This record gives sequence, structure tokens and C-alpha cells, in this order.
Amino acid sequence: MATFKLHVNGKTREVDVSPDTPLLWVLRDSLDLAGTKYGCGIAQCGACTVHLNGEAVRSCALPISAVADGKVVTIEGLSEKGDHPVQKAWEEADVMQCGYCQSGQIMSAAALLKKNPAPSDEEIFTAMNGNICRCGTYMRIREAIKKASAMS
Amino acid sequence: MEIIKTHYNRRSFIKVSATAGGGLVVGFNWLMSSCSPGDEKLGGLALPDNWFDINAYLKIGNNGVVTIYSQNPEIGQNVKTAMPMIVAEELDVDWGKVIVEQAPLNSEKFNRQVAGGSQSIRQEWKALRTAGATARRMLMEAAAQQWNVPVTELTTENSTIKHSSGKSIGYGEVASLAATLEMPEEIELKDPKDFKLIGRPTKNVDGKKVIKGEPIFGLDIKRDGMLIAMVVHAPAFGMRPKSVADSEARTMPGIKDVFIINSFPEGVERQWADVSAFPELVVVVGTSTWEVMKAKKALKVEWETTSKPMNTDEYDQALSALLDKKAETPARKDGNPDEAFKKAAKVVERTYSAPFLAHNTMEPMNFFAHVTADRAELVGPIQTPAALRTSVSRVLNLPEENVTVDMTRQGGGFGRRLYGNFGVEAAVISKRVNAPVKLVYTREDDMTQGTYRPAYKVKYSAALDKDNNLIGLKIRGVGILESPVFANRFPAGAVDNYLVENHSLESNITIGAWRAPRSNFIAVAEQSFLDEVAEAAGKDPIDFRLELLERATTKPVGERNDYDPARYAGVLKLIREKSGWNGQKNGLSRGVSAYFCHNSYVAQVVDLEMKDGKPLIQKVWCAADCGIVVNPEGAINQIEGCVVDGIGHAMYSAMTFKEGVPDQSNFHNYKLIRNSEAPREIECFFVENGIDPTGLGEPGLPPIGAALANAIYSATGKRLTTQPFAQTDLVNIERM
Repeated sequence: MATFKLHVNGKTREVDVSPDTPLLWVLRDSLDLAGTKYGCGIAQCGACTVHLNGEAVRSCALPISAVADGKVVTIEGLSEKGDHPVQKAWEEADVMQCGYCQSGQIMSAAALLKKNPAPSDEEIFTAMNGNICRCGTYMRIREAIKKASAMS
Repeated sequence: MEIIKTHYNRRSFIKVSATAGGGLVVGFNWLMSSCSPGDEKLGGLALPDNWFDINAYLKIGNNGVVTIYSQNPEIGQNVKTAMPMIVAEELDVDWGKVIVEQAPLNSEKFNRQVAGGSQSIRQEWKALRTAGATARRMLMEAAAQQWNVPVTELTTENSTIKHSSGKSIGYGEVASLAATLEMPEEIELKDPKDFKLIGRPTKNVDGKKVIKGEPIFGLDIKRDGMLIAMVVHAPAFGMRPKSVADSEARTMPGIKDVFIINSFPEGVERQWADVSAFPELVVVVGTSTWEVMKAKKALKVEWETTSKPMNTDEYDQALSALLDKKAETPARKDGNPDEAFKKAAKVVERTYSAPFLAHNTMEPMNFFAHVTADRAELVGPIQTPAALRTSVSRVLNLPEENVTVDMTRQGGGFGRRLYGNFGVEAAVISKRVNAPVKLVYTREDDMTQGTYRPAYKVKYSAALDKDNNLIGLKIRGVGILESPVFANRFPAGAVDNYLVENHSLESNITIGAWRAPRSNFIAVAEQSFLDEVAEAAGKDPIDFRLELLERATTKPVGERNDYDPARYAGVLKLIREKSGWNGQKNGLSRGVSAYFCHNSYVAQVVDLEMKDGKPLIQKVWCAADCGIVVNPEGAINQIEGCVVDGIGHAMYSAMTFKEGVPDQSNFHNYKLIRNSEAPREIECFFVENGIDPTGLGEPGLPPIGAALANAIYSATGKRLTTQPFAQTDLVNIERM
């Protein structure tokens, strides 16, 4: 076990965990931030996507020791009131079915739009192909990204 | 307007006395930031000072806020929005003042609490309307008493009761009196033409919680003193644990215990939902998920074989052999099929096959259980809470009334959560460690533990006479533990000489319902085959189907046909019109398909082009007949999802086995469809006929694989018969 000081959603949090613990389980188990989801554990489905220094990363395959003093943003910290343009667009497009993958989808989309405010279809595919939705809401995800792009 | 007796289901209307600030006693305290009591505001609504229980489905606050309980499990099919909409419609309440809460399992109050068979809306339609209409009537009676006027002089609109004199009063102001009144014996239901909310596109009631990442799923449950449990099942179907060497795991940080359980011991009566290939499991219990995951890997388990492990090629050969075998008793026989084939001018024959599929809900199986000396409390994602209660009661030998089941929002179901073995396992583990426990499956545990869509094959033979009439049809279906063929569905009733034979193959690989069970395969085979027969007959594929449906309407063969040919034809005609079937194709290749299952009718047209041997689907056109569309927003979303899900699994997905060991274990080797592979556009149309509604969680899925295959044929000249289609080389094909 070791102590780590983390910067999560603008706050400094201290956790005492084994250094190989993936960020995902630190968020969910130690910090009670359960919005970041477990889907595969091998960075294949994107349900666990968070931002590390502004980049979309798969927290299930990122050991806490590698996070160092990086700034982590989770779905809970994307906006204070759930009114980030991507969140608003997701609600407006009524994207979700079961909803489980959507926090990961939203985090991938938000990272994309931050770098590329008006992505092409191909750029959307490249950014979003790592996020699986078994319910098949992909068309609405694309629509919401375009809505968010138009909003910001 | 329709007058109905309210007591056809008295249980639903058991009166609960109005209690200030109390309401129904329901345990919604299991989440970290629970969805209701305690919050100052709910979705911007101020909570009332007092709640008044009107009936089992709803309570009304003194400020006019209404809580409607959604009785069925929410797995993404959006019943949590649609079912309360039906109550709200008849209550005539402002939807903006409605809070929806998931009801716990309560068989005294609700008819049926199941997410399965696309039945929620269809089966509860009347009960939900009655609940809303009864409450509305009681509010009106209360206002009549308060004003001392006849109730016949009152009307309602948008949470307000109005008197013919012009005065009005809000629902909240008469709720306390209404709650003390007798249940009316008869109430009026609205004329569907007066619906205001039903038919209005309405957003998902949990949308805000989802976009904010609120902990609303089973995997998000957290309780004081809760331990994490994980299981290790045998690596192959047909094996079980013999012994476990756990000395290393036990010394690892955070690990509390390691042991072997049998979740369905000998002597306990099993019911249909108790499907489990691995009832005997090695269990690791600890304080955090990662620590338990690591300890699992440190276990050294000795396994033993209990039945013959299967290989994919073995069962594939065995199914093929069964396809050549006559059945002793046909599932259905009309006319004289053998004679028809002797007389045929042309015979078309084709065999179709599909592999096992895993459900792969994005939220892996998990459940919370807290078992004490005489009680079991269960909370989590389950499609069949009542069945789980029964199973837990039997396995733990507790009376059913001492077992409670609460449902979380569920990260997908697709049929997997009909079988609650994971809930039973959580209960057995909690009892053993004497603590609240959350059982969590890893993705690998989830994907490799069975309850799959079975592998199927079907052989179709069609006989055409010299005038290209379909005079005979033979269907022989085989599958692991079940045949995929529904003997009395279309084209039964449309062909004079018709034969269905079924066989099944025993296996130790467990199977279960997978979104649109059997239909998910047979529709693809049948609708691909009809396309080929239409071509052999020199007919347009839609005209050919309509011809058969016309025959089934005007002069049906047999009496057991379980579809309405006129409604079936209706969706085909609608899709022909909307897709401009007879017009320009803009250089795209098209395929059509239509199917009836789960009481709803769906027709689809796929427009695609081939790029480097892969289909690029530009547009999918869908026409559905599910009667009245309760929530068009949710209905369209369901159909879109069915289309993407159906294309994905027909194209890409498979479970295969070597010596009983699954070859696929996670998303690196089990392919699910990705964003760029989904159609560029999907457009949905609904038949408007005012018929009582049926479900849409499944019916959009079965036909799409055939519309895709038929469009690919149109583009390449290659008939796809073996799923997943992506394994067929579509680059190096010789054009026929």
C-alpha cells in the first residue's frame, strides 16, 4: 500500500492503495465517484473514460502510480450542474437507453470537442470508436456531438 | 370514452392510509446519493410537506407534485418513462410536476414486474390507465365535496380541477381529502383521440442522472460494512472445482475469505430462471474490488470434469447431421408437402446458420445481498425480481415474505438478467460471510459463464410451380437445446403444402433468452430465403411477400396462424411507400425484410454500398406497427437500437469453444459493433391505427439482418447464409 495525492475534479484527494490499482477503482471504491463505469478492464470498451490533463484516457488500465500529479476530471466534475454543452446536448438528443456507457461516451466526446470544436464525421468516428454502446445509440451520440459543437 | 370496472385487479388498489410526510414505505435508501427523500429539490421541483397515497401507483403532494411508481425493471427499454406517462395521461397531470420512482418488488400491488418479451406496455396498458383514471376521479370527488357541487359539473386539465362556474383548484389542494375517499367502482378512461401526453415525444426520466454520472446502477451500490465478492468459475463447460489452494490469496491485502459454494445445491427445486452452468464456484471476499480481482488470480484451483466438453466444430457437425434427419412428428404439416415438391417446376433450397452469442450487457452481472438469520435483502439489476425472490427463498430456506428485492437501473438486459443466478450467489455468499456483500463479475466472468443465445441451423426448401406460385415450403430447424422455428408464424397460412420439423441437441453449454429469442435468428434466415425465392419466381421481393400475405388474409391455410396478415402487409406497404422502393436508388443497393414477433410488426429497407468488401450502410428505413405509440422519442430510440444491435451481431459477433473453453473472453476477441459501423441514418415510421399498444424492445431487431443480407446480395451477387457475415470474404467474390 502507498499514499497517493490525487487531483480529481479540482480537489486534492488522498488515497491509500496499492500502486498498481487502476484509477477506475480508486475513483469508484476509494473516492465514491461511481459515475465512471467498469465495462471490460482492458481498455476496450471506453465505459471508464476520464480526462487526464485534458486527454481522454481509459481509467481501467491506468495504474494510480502513473497518474502522478496529473489533473483528473470525471463525469462528476465535467460541470457543476450537468450543464456542460456535451451533457446538455446528450439530454436534448435523448441519447441514452440503458445509460451505462454514456458517462464514458460523454467524456470521450468532451475531450474531442475541446481539441476539435467542429469535428468531421470521420473525426467523430475516430474519437468515438473506442466507446461501445450495446444498446446501439451511436446515431444519437453523433447527433449530440454535432449539437454540442453548434452550442459551443 | 370507455367505462371500466376498477376492481378487475383489486390488489393494485389496496388502500394505504394517508400519512403525513410518510407515504408508501419503500426502501430507497440503498444508493450513496439516493434519488428521492432527503433531497431538497427533485429535478427542480420543490418537495411537498405532505404526501398523500392515492393508490399503489402514485402519491400526490400537497403542492401538486406527483410521484408515479414505475413497477417494471428498467434495462434500457425506457419503460420507466413510458409506463408512468400512461398513468399521467389518465390522471391529467402536468408531466412537469411528475417524479418517477422505481417501485420495489411488490407482488401484492402489481400484476407483473418483469422486463421480458417486450410485454411491459402491452400487459400493463389497462392497469396503468385505470390507476391514473381512478386517482383523477377521486380528486374530482374531493373537489366536488369541498365545493358542494355535483362531480358531473367538474372537468380536469393539467393538474387542475375546474368547475363549470369558472372556479378551479389544484390537485395538491384536494389530495388530502381524495386520499380518504372510497375507491370508485367504475371510472371513465379517455378516448385515445383526447390523449395529450401519450404520443408526445418525451425525454428519458433518468436522463439528467445519467449525464451527471449519478450512482444509479447496481454496480454503484455501496453500504456501510459492505464486502466485495467475486467468483471464479470452471474454465470449461462440463467442469467444476475440486479443490482450491488459497494460502497466497488469503494473505493478500484486503482479503477476508476464500471458499467454495454451491449456489444450487442438490435437493433444492430449480425453476426456469435457475440457469447456471457453474453452480459450484470459488469465491473470494474482500474489502475492495481491485484487491479481490488480484487475489482471484493468485488462486490455484484444481478442476474436475463432470460432462463431455464440446468443440464448436463438433456441435456444428452434429447440428448439420440433424438437419438431414426427418422428425418423427412434424411441428406442423399442411397439405401434402412431398407431393408438392414432386410436382414442382423449380425448387430452391438453402441452409442458414448462426453461432452462440453472449449477452454482453455493458454493466456486467452484479448484485447486492444482505442476509441475516431470518431475512434476505437483495438489491440490483434483475429482469425477473419475483423469480429471484423465489430462488433465494428456496436456496436459503427462508419464507418468500422474508426476502425483499429492489431494482436498480440496469446497464442493459437483453435477456441475460432474466436468469438471476448471480443474485442467488450473492445471497449465498452474504449468508456465509455474515455481512452485506456486493457480488461483481469481471467482464471475463460475465462473457464465459454461459446462458448464451444458442447456435442454430435451419434448412428451407421451396417449391414453385410453372407459374411461379409458391406451392410448397419445408422448414427444418435445429439448435442447441431448442429449434429456432416458430411453426405457426408467417409464411404458415400462406402456403398450401407446408412442413415444419424441429430437432434439438443436448449440451452442457447453457442457453437463455437473448433479445428476441429464436426470432433473432429465424427472421434473418426466413427473410433472406424469401428474397431468394422471390428472385427465382421473377417477382419483386415486396410484391412476393404481399402476395403471400394476401393469400393468408383471404384464404388462410390452417387455423393456428399466429399473426395478423393485414397488419403484416401494412408495414410492408408503408416501407415501400416511405423508402421509395420502386423509385431511384441513387447508386445504392437495397434489401428489404419484415417480421412479426412480440405482438409487433416491423419492416425494414437497407440502403448500402460496398467499400473494400465491407457494407457501408447509408440508410435504414423502418416501418413499425405497435399500435398506439406511447412515447415516440423512446420508440424511435428502441428501433434505432434494435437496428444497430441486429446489424452488429449478424455481422460481427460469435462465441466459439474448444474443449468446452470459450475462445472469446472480452471485447478484444469478441467483436461488438462500433460507432463507425452503424448506419449513417435510420428513419422510423409508425402505422397509425389506434390499436392498444404493444412493445418495441425486441421487434425491431430480428428482420434487420435479412434486410442487410439482401442488400449485400443486391450489391455483390453473394447470398450470405452463415453468421457472422463478416467472416465471408466479400472482396474476392465472383459475380454471379
